[in-house]
Amino acid sequence: MSVKWTSRLWAGAGTALATLVSAVGVAAAAGHEMAQAHGDLSAIHGAATQSPDAFQIPAMVLAPLLIGVVLVPALGRLRRSLAYQVTVVVFVAYLAVALKALTTVLAHGTLHYKMAGWMPPVGIEWTLDALSAFVVLVLAVVAVMVAIYSGVAVRRQNPEREVPFFSMMVVMMLGLTGMVMTGDLFNLYVFFEVSSLSAYALMAVGDRKAPVSSFRYLLQGTIGASSYLMGVGYLYVLTGSLNMADVASLLPHLLGNPALTVALVLMVAGLGLKMALFPMHLWLPDAYTYASSTSTAIIAPVMTKVSAYVLIRMIYFVFDSNWVLSDLHLGFVVTWLAMAGVIWGSVMAIAQRDVKRMLAYSSIAQVGYIGVGIGTGNPWALVGAILHIMNHATMKSSLFMVTGIVEMQTGTRRLQNWNGLGRKMPWTFLAFTLAALAMVGVPPTNGFFSKWYLALGLAGAKQWVLLVLLVLSSLLTAGYFFRLLERIYARTGEDVGSGSARVGEAGDGGVREDGGANADGVKLAGASGSGIAGARDPGLALLLPPLLLGVGTLVLGLVNAWFVTEVIAKALPAALRIPGLGG
Amino acid sequence: MDGFEVFFVEKWPYLATVLMILIGLYGMVLKRNLVKKLIGMNIFQGAIILFFIIHGWKRGATVPVYDEAFGDLPANYVNPIPHGLMLTAIVVSVATTGVALALLSLIYKRFGTLEEDELLRELRAEPAGAPSSGEMASQREDVEGAEPDDGGQR
Amino acid sequence: MDALHTFHSTRPLWALLVSLLAIPLIVATGERHRNLRETWTILAAVAKTVLVWSMLPWVLQGRVPEISLWRITPSVELALRVDTLGLVFAIVASTLWLLTSLYSIGYVRGAGEHKQTRYFASFAMCLHATIGIAFAANLVTFLIFFEMLSIATYPLVIHKETPVALAAGRKYLSFVLPAGLMLLLAVVLTASIHPGGLDFQAGGFLSGDDASRVLLRWIFLFFILGVGVKAAIMPLQSWLPAAMAAPTPVSALLHAVAVVKAGVFGVLRVTGYVYGPHLLKDIGVWTALAWFAGVTLTVASLLALRQDNLKRRLAYSTVGHLSYIVLGAAILTPYGLIGSVLHLMFHATMKITLFFCAGAIYVRTHKEQISDMVGIGRQMPITMGAFAVGSLGLAGIPGINGFFSKWNLALGTAQGGQWIFLGLLVLSGVLNAAYFFPIVQQAFFRRNPEFSSYGEASMWMVVPLALTALMSLVLGLAPNLAAHAWDLARAVSAAVMGGAG
Repeated sequence: MSVKWTSRLWAGAGTALATLVSAVGVAAAAGHEMAQAHGDLSAIHGAATQSPDAFQIPAMVLAPLLIGVVLVPALGRLRRSLAYQVTVVVFVAYLAVALKALTTVLAHGTLHYKMAGWMPPVGIEWTLDALSAFVVLVLAVVAVMVAIYSGVAVRRQNPEREVPFFSMMVVMMLGLTGMVMTGDLFNLYVFFEVSSLSAYALMAVGDRKAPVSSFRYLLQGTIGASSYLMGVGYLYVLTGSLNMADVASLLPHLLGNPALTVALVLMVAGLGLKMALFPMHLWLPDAYTYASSTSTAIIAPVMTKVSAYVLIRMIYFVFDSNWVLSDLHLGFVVTWLAMAGVIWGSVMAIAQRDVKRMLAYSSIAQVGYIGVGIGTGNPWALVGAILHIMNHATMKSSLFMVTGIVEMQTGTRRLQNWNGLGRKMPWTFLAFTLAALAMVGVPPTNGFFSKWYLALGLAGAKQWVLLVLLVLSSLLTAGYFFRLLERIYARTGEDVGSGSARVGEAGDGGVREDGGANADGVKLAGASGSGIAGARDPGLALLLPPLLLGVGTLVLGLVNAWFVTEVIAKALPAALRIPGLGG
Repeated sequence: MDGFEVFFVEKWPYLATVLMILIGLYGMVLKRNLVKKLIGMNIFQGAIILFFIIHGWKRGATVPVYDEAFGDLPANYVNPIPHGLMLTAIVVSVATTGVALALLSLIYKRFGTLEEDELLRELRAEPAGAPSSGEMASQREDVEGAEPDDGGQR
Repeated sequence: MDALHTFHSTRPLWALLVSLLAIPLIVATGERHRNLRETWTILAAVAKTVLVWSMLPWVLQGRVPEISLWRITPSVELALRVDTLGLVFAIVASTLWLLTSLYSIGYVRGAGEHKQTRYFASFAMCLHATIGIAFAANLVTFLIFFEMLSIATYPLVIHKETPVALAAGRKYLSFVLPAGLMLLLAVVLTASIHPGGLDFQAGGFLSGDDASRVLLRWIFLFFILGVGVKAAIMPLQSWLPAAMAAPTPVSALLHAVAVVKAGVFGVLRVTGYVYGPHLLKDIGVWTALAWFAGVTLTVASLLALRQDNLKRRLAYSTVGHLSYIVLGAAILTPYGLIGSVLHLMFHATMKITLFFCAGAIYVRTHKEQISDMVGIGRQMPITMGAFAVGSLGLAGIPGINGFFSKWNLALGTAQGGQWIFLGLLVLSGVLNAAYFFPIVQQAFFRRNPEFSSYGEASMWMVVPLALTALMSLVLGLAPNLAAHAWDLARAVSAAVMGGAG
């Protein structure tokens, strides 16, 4: 009985996703049919010169994930612990290919892969340019880190659920990677839904309330995705094509057409909803808070960022950014909404008593920074936005993972229970502190440089008010993070309840098979918030990922110029190339 | 063709789409029952599927399978691409509904209701920042399962 | 002055890194081996001081060691360059760090402070940042280390972890974080109007052609807001007295030397090396800055009179003296700048002496109020003797180094025909005497039966404070000794004013 209901969720989601993965194949089949009608158009494309073995790379990026989608559930069925191990292996392979992809793209330029051999614009095309290769790399790094962390975390928080959990994780990464790489508008929608559906399932795991917030997210997410699809419909009606490059080449003739404006607005609104652009962020706080810490740690750093990436793709690569941002004044709308989100998210974060919820609101604010960068239309601002996709992913996943660790070790995530934890869990909170300083934007962490390029862009665009707001908004961020740091390091547990018994199994993070005792512990912890007295650093499997990412914020900050000149400058759209920078 | 006919033949599909979208949004936003919200979502998705299909349609054309009677003029065949796309979109829509229903059954099992008002009351009653033990909590509940579902039995 | 010539050298980098490298050692050693941990601090301080001083002969010859590390943004390198002004600041900071480290050991052990590992680690981090500020070759590098200093100081301000200390920490952050953002704003705007690079250049690298005068004034305002908080220019001074909640060595080094001096150093960099006298005269903002400084140095002295807590009185005195330096930079005359640079060095030796004395008194007697210190001079003759030297110097009595810097500042105001500011300087000197002499007078010339059983504090504390007092005295008699303070100040002034006359 007990297993039945919860597993029904997984069964439902699993079946649905299996269908969806095959839908990618359906789309390819659709391309097959189209070939009859449009065969001759293919001459437009496929002329790009690339080294003979490089063109397979886009497919190779997806390959480990596709294999993982099958292997994780299959082997997990044999032995539960295999699910975790296979997932880590899959993600490491994915990371390796992603690295290879980035270096290849930087050396040889954009790579095109024609799915099933059909020439675009008829067949579906996967494109790896500097931008998508960069984002794929970010996804891969986060995936590997969170996967390593999840092994122990899932076992302790949701025992017996490892197999579906890791399967969903792989499917979600597959969906996100597909979104990033595809060169086809409709294919993007399919991957969009693949990632979203697995995210809904992942988010339903967690607190008692998690399914409710996940359901709300599902409704709103579907509105967003459908709105995007509607926009694609308009574009298809206007151009007769679904290939991004093809559509982009056809659009200049259509600029006066009101239907094009409708298409654009629908797409931006849909993507804005998925990236939690103010005021379409309503789904986010609950969804992030109630989901289990592993779910949040994998979803929060990447989900909204990939939507932001798609927004960049649409505005700057499919549409004519100058027309979108200046002629339609959409730049004004997006930047100001995003800035409102920055301020609103930060203010709400200050008001929170629950650390995870605070981080969720801060995610809204951070996505706002990316939105500001996208909407400004200045090359430096866009550099800032793209850089912040990476930077925010590193810091936020580290922060959420630490929150999860504290939750596991002490059974609480209430703000006032964090007093003095810095002494007890020094390494955990070293990671937290580094990531928090990065969030505030203290140099030389990477958060500072996101702010630097965004500010440079706003100054270049002469957006003085936004510039001042941008700079001052990090004061709000500082407000809630320093408040927390003060508690963590400088206060002792005076306002903590007298809980003395250590619960929630603060052991070395090793294997625990007796899930029942664990459950009791968690329940007890939830009731009183005790267990703080005996809190200490977890084992390496839990500690290392957030720590690496925390140190990563520092390293990425120091080497940010390399990313900017070697990767992001090459990823900028042709209209926004910065003279003397990149290729 | 006079304006009246143009309106109904050329524009009604748009009207129908817009109407369906509005009905769907109405259901999703204003209905208090989660299943009705889900139905609203399905109508919403249906509207977009309809929108695509309409654009594949041509007056007097036939299915895109080669037919001697229609020759090889492309104008005589409807555009197959929107149909192909919508096939996928329907799969997506079904999958979404599946996940949503799974979530709903989980919600019902945990809270004994699918009415939003009652759910909100239940949610507010719980302390904020409780630890994540959802799966465990649900299992325990299920085992103890004897608590009567006083609300939401309609 | 000979033409400057720059050359590649790794020595500035080592001088910068040596304290950073000490941090892992300090933390790893921890509380269990306190002597070993303190050894790391002392070793790092000695190494840093030696490295910094070893660059003095080069700079005196007009050779500028420089090292570019890597690009920190696409157009700006993370680079260190030891120009004259930077070396002045580095010499002050590193030398006094060495003495403060010795003193700290005596203090934290004597006062039984907790979490000493964090204390020494943060201290080393602060020094790392300070040297970074001194050697920063461009605005971005400067900004990075400036912010780093703000953050690294925070653990020291809240060190005692009492509610008062935590409140002081919050106040400190609520001043320095906005200031850091203002500086960021200023640097970003500068980068956007002057894309050619942000390297400091004696005489300034901005010109009137870069942007409209209005924008240049705004940027200058942001710069001054950014560095002015640390320089405690009124009305941005109130964090400094609050931050006196920190342990005394922190107050001594950071709030008399490193942090606040980083602020005035920033003012000198901005006025002399970003804008330059020519442009400042052109856009006419220097008078505003000079007035703010002038008002601050008068009002702060008046406020100091009212303080009974010794450290708070010293804090207000610091506020006043920082504005001497700012004023010297703002009036844009060669002698003013010489006085400014000299005061940067000399005020440090005098003020640190006073703080060391306050700390020694606190550790020995647990007294903080001036009214409780009647007759203490008989019990702690060396401490109070040093105190007398420091306070006489700050009041500008000839024979102690403070006289020289003030004399040059006065000459500078006269040179610029700024008679009002000259008047303010003199007035403030009198006020300095008014708030310092009673302390000395009551310490030595009034009896208090209560003080019969105290003696001097431990040697760890007495030796450093005697040394700094001796330094003040020797530099007062021979200002060009050892550090060539006079030569360095003249070189800075000549370089900056070179173009503007």
